[in-house]
Parts: sequence; structure tokens; C-alpha cells
Amino acid sequence: MLEIGLAHYLSVGAILFTLGVFGIFLNRKNVITILMSIELMLLAVNINFVAFSHFLNDLVGQIFAMFVLTVAAAEAAIGLAIVVVFFRNRGTIAVQDINQMKG
Amino acid sequence: MIQGLVFYLFAAVTVASGVMVISARNPVHAVLFLILAFFNAAGLFLLCGAEFLAMVLVVVYVGAVAVLFLFVVMLLDINYLKLREGFLQYLPTGALIGLILLVELLLVFGGWQFAPGAPLSVGSRMPEPSVMTNTDALGRLLYTDYFYLFQIAGLILLVAMIGTILLTHRTRSGVRKQKIGAQVARTKADSVEIRKVPTGGGI
Amino acid sequence: MYTAIVFLPLLAAIIAGFFGRAIGDRGAQFVTCAAVGLSALLAIPIFIEVVLNSHSVTIPLLPWIVSGDADAAWSLRFDTLTAVMLVVVNWVSFMVHVYSVGYMHHDPSVPRFQSYLSFFTFSMLMLVTSDNLVQLFFGWEGVGVASYLLIGFWYEKPSACAAAIKAFVVNRVGDFGFALGIFAIYQIFGTVDFEPIFAGAAAKASLSIHVFGLDANALTVCCLLLFVGAMGKSAQLGLHTWLPDAMEGPTPVSALIHAATMVTAGVFMVARMSPLFEYSQTALNVVTVVGALTAIFAATVGCVQNDIKRIIAYSTCSQLGYMFFAIGVSAYQAGIFHLFTHAFFKALLFLGAGSVIHAMSDEQDIRRMGGIARRIPLTCVLMYIGSIALAGVPPFAGYWSKDTILEAAWGAGTHFGQFAYVLGVAAAFLTAFYSWRLLILTFHGRPRADEHVMAHVHESPAVMTVPLMVLAAGAIFAGYVGHADFVGEGAGRFWSKAIFLLDDHEALHNAHHVPTLISLLPTVVAVAGIALAYVMYMFAPQLPRLLARTFAGPHRFLLNKWYFDELYDWLFVKPAFWLGNGLWKGGDGAVIDGCGPDGVAAAARDIARRTSALQSGYLYHYAFAMLIGVAAFVTWYVVKVG
Repeated sequence: MLEIGLAHYLSVGAILFTLGVFGIFLNRKNVITILMSIELMLLAVNINFVAFSHFLNDLVGQIFAMFVLTVAAAEAAIGLAIVVVFFRNRGTIAVQDINQMKG
Repeated sequence: MIQGLVFYLFAAVTVASGVMVISARNPVHAVLFLILAFFNAAGLFLLCGAEFLAMVLVVVYVGAVAVLFLFVVMLLDINYLKLREGFLQYLPTGALIGLILLVELLLVFGGWQFAPGAPLSVGSRMPEPSVMTNTDALGRLLYTDYFYLFQIAGLILLVAMIGTILLTHRTRSGVRKQKIGAQVARTKADSVEIRKVPTGGGI
Repeated sequence: MYTAIVFLPLLAAIIAGFFGRAIGDRGAQFVTCAAVGLSALLAIPIFIEVVLNSHSVTIPLLPWIVSGDADAAWSLRFDTLTAVMLVVVNWVSFMVHVYSVGYMHHDPSVPRFQSYLSFFTFSMLMLVTSDNLVQLFFGWEGVGVASYLLIGFWYEKPSACAAAIKAFVVNRVGDFGFALGIFAIYQIFGTVDFEPIFAGAAAKASLSIHVFGLDANALTVCCLLLFVGAMGKSAQLGLHTWLPDAMEGPTPVSALIHAATMVTAGVFMVARMSPLFEYSQTALNVVTVVGALTAIFAATVGCVQNDIKRIIAYSTCSQLGYMFFAIGVSAYQAGIFHLFTHAFFKALLFLGAGSVIHAMSDEQDIRRMGGIARRIPLTCVLMYIGSIALAGVPPFAGYWSKDTILEAAWGAGTHFGQFAYVLGVAAAFLTAFYSWRLLILTFHGRPRADEHVMAHVHESPAVMTVPLMVLAAGAIFAGYVGHADFVGEGAGRFWSKAIFLLDDHEALHNAHHVPTLISLLPTVVAVAGIALAYVMYMFAPQLPRLLARTFAGPHRFLLNKWYFDELYDWLFVKPAFWLGNGLWKGGDGAVIDGCGPDGVAAAARDIARRTSALQSGYLYHYAFAMLIGVAAFVTWYVVKVG
């Protein structure tokens, strides 16, 4: 039990990912929380990469984790900008009320 | 042994804060719990020997992204009580999906076995810490083999920045800005008007 | 000359049919009458050449079907049988064409009528001059089409359209049998040309084929199937229901098609196939029985009908029965002789009836006629001539042919022949009775029509009466003139190879040696029938009504044509309509349309509506969808790989 193997890290990543998914399902109204859940999911993925990198003795995993970080930061920035503009126009960030893309 | 305990500590706190992120009532609390999650994830990274990545996580994620979240949360006047309505409506569905996902992932990861030839075909071998630091090794790899990707990542950030500015920029009425071009292009005819005034009389 | 006689009517039909509006009524009438008249004139030298000079001719025209071993060509065959039929068809058709000029004078579509008549003539000529079964079938179908077009000529009348369809459909049943017969013959003989079939018949006499699990004599099967076709075309018992309804067409049509020519096509065909029929005693017996039954059946029904044309129609049906049972006892010559004489007096009767109808302002019910003999004396006399010929009173034509038939039936010496003789004599009695019933009720007694109609009663114009007189001449003299050659001592030389007889079929030969009683009986019963008609309708006019009331059941049975129409309606027509309706509503409507166009359209609309619900516009719906998709993907990979 105390011998930490790859499975342990991967389980942590899995649990975090599931929490992120669950978070999206729960918080339909609060778009900030949705964005945070996405960050959680990205974090889980990063943990996966790093764990593999450690157990395979392969640096490429860490490189890729860095790129994921970069993209996550960019995406968070743009997402928040959209939220700000949306709030400016609507006065609310209740995602529930957005149905202008109704087909 | 210490390593195991430390791992469990970090992992537990990460998971706990993840739970709090999605269920906290106050969005500021949620952001703070996110920051806590990031910190503990950084600790996990350290345990894996990825010290550079751990520090980058703290600096970039916590220092920039999470702070950005905090700014936006405080900037927008959110009626967070109203936002919690209907919280429980999708709980069963979400729980089901989450549970399925979790079980599958655990099934896969629990029984993980490397292919026989996998350890031999690594992209680039991680050097011993005594020979070269993690940062050094990463740098050697990044600026040589993955240089193009590095540049593209930079471009992505540039585009994100431009996009964000463009999205949120608004022209306020009544703001006076300096128009250099107009100033420089001023002619004598625009600025000076010569009037013949008789002596003693006013304008 | 030989090809012209067949194709002139076709040319006239095309001109009158397609250019009728351009050349007008008069033009169409002239063209068709001229063409058929020319054909009629050509029939005489052909008759002289082929029959009197015993010079049969075969003229190949064009190749038609060349498919592996199957080989049929357009070619014309002229032997005695053909020559006789040519005279009959062309002259009667010519008379009808001329008569129609007067009768259809006020009709709006004269060119169409004349064109159809000429087309019919062409088809009939093709039929009688054919040298192989397929060409005969072509002519057969052609006359069927012409009959349909002409019966339904006044197509705005629903009853006319229904009658036309009935004629065509009932004929179709017969044609189906005919076609099967042709197939069987081809199967056995390997060819459809007459010469090889006739030459090879003797060799195949004892061949047997396997049909429906039973072994049957091959030639019998062929002959029976061919006879089914003849039954349809000649309105024999079973497939007779179309003939009375065919009276919906104009009277010249009834005269031409349903008295003299088309209905005799069946008789002609069986006589033509005499080499085959001779080898199948079973088929001949069937023909005899059916013919005899038809003769008596039609005669009984004709006694109580009230429409002038229907009485004559049933009379035709009855006389056709005579022709068939003559053939059945191997007296083909007598059958054709009767066909020859019958054409004249039956056409005369029909056209005379047309004159009467014309005079009575289109009244056809004889109960509303009467007392017009003084006003239309010429028509009256001509109708009398026709009826005397029909009844078989010497020395008019009908006596010679009818008597020969009955004598031959007796002379055949078989039970079938005697059965036919008895029924034939009974039918002769009834024939005379109903013919005189018609004459008395139409021409004599107190007028039963109103004054308005009676004031208009007038003799028909010359263009209508001259054909009648020509036909009357035939009705009077044709029998006496032709007797010796058709069925008497000259018969052998007359027919030469056109009709084939086995040596032990001596009915015709014996006909001249029957006991005197047998040969006198038909004449005696004819006179008796005439006398009875006088009694019932002239001297004691209340007698018929009394009889009808007393024997109401049998009277209604006869009036309703032995309920054949009702039987067929229940047996065939209703199930066919039920099936058709079912297949239409259920099959086509529900299944094919439902699964096909309608179903696909409805399904598309339904699916589109449900799918568009996915585009709710709510962001979180889309997010959920993505996540559920992710979960599904992962599940799939786990299951597939694990």
C-alpha cells in the first residue's frame, strides 16, 4: 500500500477528472464554476502525463504537460473575457438563459 | 515510507479541494479551493521528480490563471444565491455519468501493464538528477527537438491575448485620447487665424 | 389482287381514322365504302379462281418472328374455306358500310365509326387469310379490339362502356384458352404454320402429354383449349354473357360483328383446324354437346325478351350453337354452309331491326310497337323474308343449311349426334316461335306507341334499304344455289383439301340417306312454331300474359337469362373487385405508399422534429451532450479492448 506505483497516480487523475465532469453537470447556471471544472480536468490530465513520464523515464511527458498548461492558460483567459463581455451585455451570467442558438 | 504518506496527504487534499471547488456556495471560496488543489498537485509533481513543472504550475496556474478567476469573480456582480437554483436537478444524471466514467477509468488504470518493449522506446531518456537538473534537461529538449511546438505555443498565447483584448475592449464615450497623427499633421491654417483689428477696438 | 383485298380496308381505316376531320363525314364514308366495296368485288374473282378452278394460293408477305427455332411469318393463305369467308365478310361488311351512311347520318363522329368498321373488316380478313396460328391470333385480337371500340362507340353512355368492357373481358377468358392451345400446339409440332401442323397431325394422333399430373391425349388437349377460345369469340354457353349486352352498340355494329362475322370467327377457326379436331373424338363430342346446349339455351331465353335487338342477338347465339354441333359431328361443310346463309339473313334481320328502330324514333321495346306494317311495308316484307329464312322454311336459305345440319347430326349415328338432333329440333321450334312473336308484336295488331311516335313512322331512305334488298336476295337464294356445292354431290370437289375428314366420320354422307321423318321434322316443327305464335299473339293476345302469370317462376328464370349474369357476378366479378380494392387500398395504399413515399416523408418529418429538439440553444445541454459522448466513447473502448 505504501509502495506508490503508477496506478496510484492514475487513480488520482481519474478521480479529479470525474470531479470535473461532475462539476459541469451540477453547475449549469454558474459559468465560472464550469470554467473551473474544466481547469480541474486539465489538471488531472497533467498529473497523468507527469506520472507516466516518471515511470517510463521519458521527458516527453513533461514537455507535453507544459504545452497543456500553456493552452489551458490561453483558454481560461479567453473564456473569462467572453464571460465578462456577456455579463456586460446581459447583466447576468446565468447560462440557463442563453438559448439564442436554438435550432 | 515517508514518500507514501506524503503522496497520500497530497492526493487526499487535492481530491478534497476538487470536491469543494464544485460544491462551494461562494464562488470566491471555490476559486480559493481551486488554488489549494493546484498547490497540492504541484506537490504531487515534485514527488514525481518534475520540479520545473511543479514550480511552473504554481507560478502560472496559481499566480496567473487562478488570480484571473478571482478578478473576474469579484468584477462581476453575481447573485450567487440565485445561481444555485436547480443545483440538484441534474444531480442523478451527473452522478451516473461520473460514476460510469470513474469506474471505467479505474478499471483501466488499476490493471495497467506496460508493453514489454515500452521502456526501451522512450522519446528521450530522463537523465539522473545528479547529472543534470530537471530544468536543464527540459530546456535541452524543448529548444532543440520541440522548438516549433514551442514557437507555436507562443503564438497561441499571442492570439489569446489579442483575442481577449479585442473582446473586452469598448470605446467609452467622452474619453479623450491623443491622436498623434492628427497633431503632427496640423497646418498653420488649422491653428492660427489672423484678424485685422483696428487699434483700440476689441475682437 | 390477293394482298389488295386484305389491305384495302386497312388503308381506308387509316385515312378515315386519322384524317377524318380533314376529309369530313362524306369523305370518310366515301373512302371506307369504296375500299370495302372494292374488296367485295375482288372477292368474286378470287372465289372463282380458288374454288371453281381449284387453285389454292399461298402468298408469303414478310418475315415476322425469327427467334431461334421459333419462326412465324406474315403470309396469306387462300383456299376454299378462306374464299367462302372472304365473300361473306366482304359483302356483308360492304352492305353494313353503306347502310351506316344512312343510319349514322346524324351522329357527330361519323369518320370514327366508319374507320372502326373498316379496321374491323381488315382484322377479320387477316384472320381468315392467315397461314399460321399466330397471325390468326393477331386477327382474332384485332376483331376483339374493334368489337370493344364499336360496342363502346357512344362512350358517354356508361352502359355502353360497361358492355364493351364485359365483351372484351369475357373474350379474354376465351383468348387465354386459345393462347394456351397455340402454346401446346407449338410444343407438340414445333411450328405454328398450318401446313406442317396439318401434315403432321396423323403422326401425333396417339401422343399423350402430361398436364396437371394427368396423362392426356395431346391433340385432345390442344383442341379443347382452342375450342375454349372459340367459345369466347362465338358466345357459346358459358362465355356467352357478353353477346346480349353488346347490343349497346349501334345496330350496324350488331349486324356486322355480332351476327355475320366476328362471332363466326370461332366456327371458322375450328373448321380451319379440322385436321387436328378429326383426330380427337373427345374434343368433337365436347363441341357437339356445348353447341347443342347453347342452341336450346339461347332459344329459350329469346322467347321472353322484349328488346328487339336482344331477341335477334339470342337468335344468333342459338344459330352459332347449330354451327358448332354440326362441326362436332364432323359435318364441317354443313357448319360453314350455315355460316354462309346465316350471315345473310341475320344481317338482314339486324339491319331491318335498325330500320324499325329508326322509324320508331329510337324505340327498341317491342311492347311499345305494333301496327306499323302499313307504314313501312318494305321493311316489313324484308324482315319477313329474313325470318322465314331463319325459321328454316323451304325454299329459303335457312332451310337448306339448317336441315342439312340436323340430318347430319342424326346421320352421325352416335348418342351425341342424336342428343344434338333432339335439342336442335326443339330449338328450331322455339326459333320459329320467337321470330314470329317479334314480327307480330312489332308490325301487327293495335299500335301501342303514342301518336307522336306513330306520326313519325317512315320508311328508311334508299341508302339503307338497298343493302337490305341485296342481303334479302342472299337470304332467299344462297341456300338453293349453294346447297349442291357446299354439302351435296359437289362438296368433295368444292372443298378439296380445305377441310379434312377421317374416313369413318360419315355424318355428312349419311345426311342424305336419313329416314324421311327425320328430314321432315324440322320443317314441321317450324310451321308449328309459327302457328303457335299466331295463336298466342294474334288471336288470343291475353294468353301470353296469363301464361307468364301462371308460370311466373320459369318466366322470370328465362327473362333473367337463366341467372348466368348473376352467377358470374357473384363468382368472378365480386371477388375480382374485392381483390382489386383490397390490393389498392391495403396493398398499394397502406403498404407501398405507407412504407414508400408517405411513410418515408412522415418518418423524415418525425425524425427531423425529434432531432431538432437537440438544438435547444442552451449551452449546458450542449456541454452535457459532449460529456455523455465522452463517457460513451470510453465505455466503448473499455468494452471493445477489454
